[in-house]
Amino acid sequence: MRDLIKMVLVLAILSLVSGGLLAAIRNGTKDQIENQQLTFVKGPAIKTIFTAAANDPIADRFKIQDGDVERTFFVAKIDGKAQSVAFETYGKGFGGDIGLMVGVNVSDDKMVGAQVTTHSETPGLGSKAKDDPKFSGQFKGMELKGDFKVKNDGGQVDAISGATVSSRGVAGALTDASTVYARLKTQIAQKLQEF
Amino acid sequence: MAKTIVQEFTKGLWDEIPPFRLVLGLCPTLAVTKSVENGIGMGLATTFVIVGSNILVSMLRNIIPSKVRIACFIVVIATFVTVVELLMQAYTYPLFLTLGIFIPLIVVNCIVLGRAEAFAFKNPVLPSLADGLGIGIGFTLALGALGAVRELFGNGTLLGAQIMPASFQPFGFMVQAPGAFVCLGLMLCVMNVLGKK
Repeated sequence: MRDLIKMVLVLAILSLVSGGLLAAIRNGTKDQIENQQLTFVKGPAIKTIFTAAANDPIADRFKIQDGDVERTFFVAKIDGKAQSVAFETYGKGFGGDIGLMVGVNVSDDKMVGAQVTTHSETPGLGSKAKDDPKFSGQFKGMELKGDFKVKNDGGQVDAISGATVSSRGVAGALTDASTVYARLKTQIAQKLQEF
Repeated sequence: MAKTIVQEFTKGLWDEIPPFRLVLGLCPTLAVTKSVENGIGMGLATTFVIVGSNILVSMLRNIIPSKVRIACFIVVIATFVTVVELLMQAYTYPLFLTLGIFIPLIVVNCIVLGRAEAFAFKNPVLPSLADGLGIGIGFTLALGALGAVRELFGNGTLLGAQIMPASFQPFGFMVQAPGAFVCLGLMLCVMNVLGKK
């Protein structure tokens, strides 16, 4: 009996200390990890979208609470006016979620650009969604409104040949982006006044 | 005493160098050694975990009831692995991206559990520290060496710097999974020849 109690006690205390330690470290590194993700994953995508930005969109960012999730918006000042934002949405691809950074001009609802951030698509096929500028370039100037579909499904997105599922994933992320944008547009416009 | 601590340390570097002599922990050995940087990064992460878990297990060896020792080891090891994972995310993000899933998998690396069970649970703190450090560094060296061979022949580079002349045709097989097996086999063979005296 004493053995039993000792076993339970030792394991419980050990787990308790470990849990506490991990929580502390997680808290301590949270901001640093977010910064790293911004620099290495989101940052390059944002820079490709906002090549003309006069400011640093990664530094000039704000957050909006959208239901359960907190969304981050990156502000770009183009021609002296802060009227473009970029934000990230996700779509279902062939190998998992595809992250898509969508830049949109709030004054006319047109996309400044869209760039894939994270994906696990097949190298050489689906990965072109990220690497082929012809694919990601087509979104520039499109209106961010309503549903996005690949041309085979009766939509407006030129699919990558051999990677229809990945292209659909990107289209899905765009559809998601347009609903988020429609829902939060007034709040975004308000926040933009501050920049 | 001092001499034995040195021995505990050095045995991990040659006599019991993990992937080559003990042939343990092959999963990360084969999977991440596409380049020197990956190999050494993985090795250092594992070293940290082995040293940490060895010290803690050795400190607690009189408290932990032997019936639940494996469960306790796993809690200790998993904690250290998560610490490494968080720290890597925070400070060496590109390395974290390439090593990815293999960092959490250090938990089930046989070497780590093996050292806790076979050594740290039976020995005082200082020898356990030396043992962990030796095994860890040995593991790092082995992964680094394997990574160097594969990167050199598969990509013509070392640590990202071009080594082979421009006319060198990269031997892509080496950086793929089967290349890892062949390369490891050849290195085991070299180790055995050298050790045969």
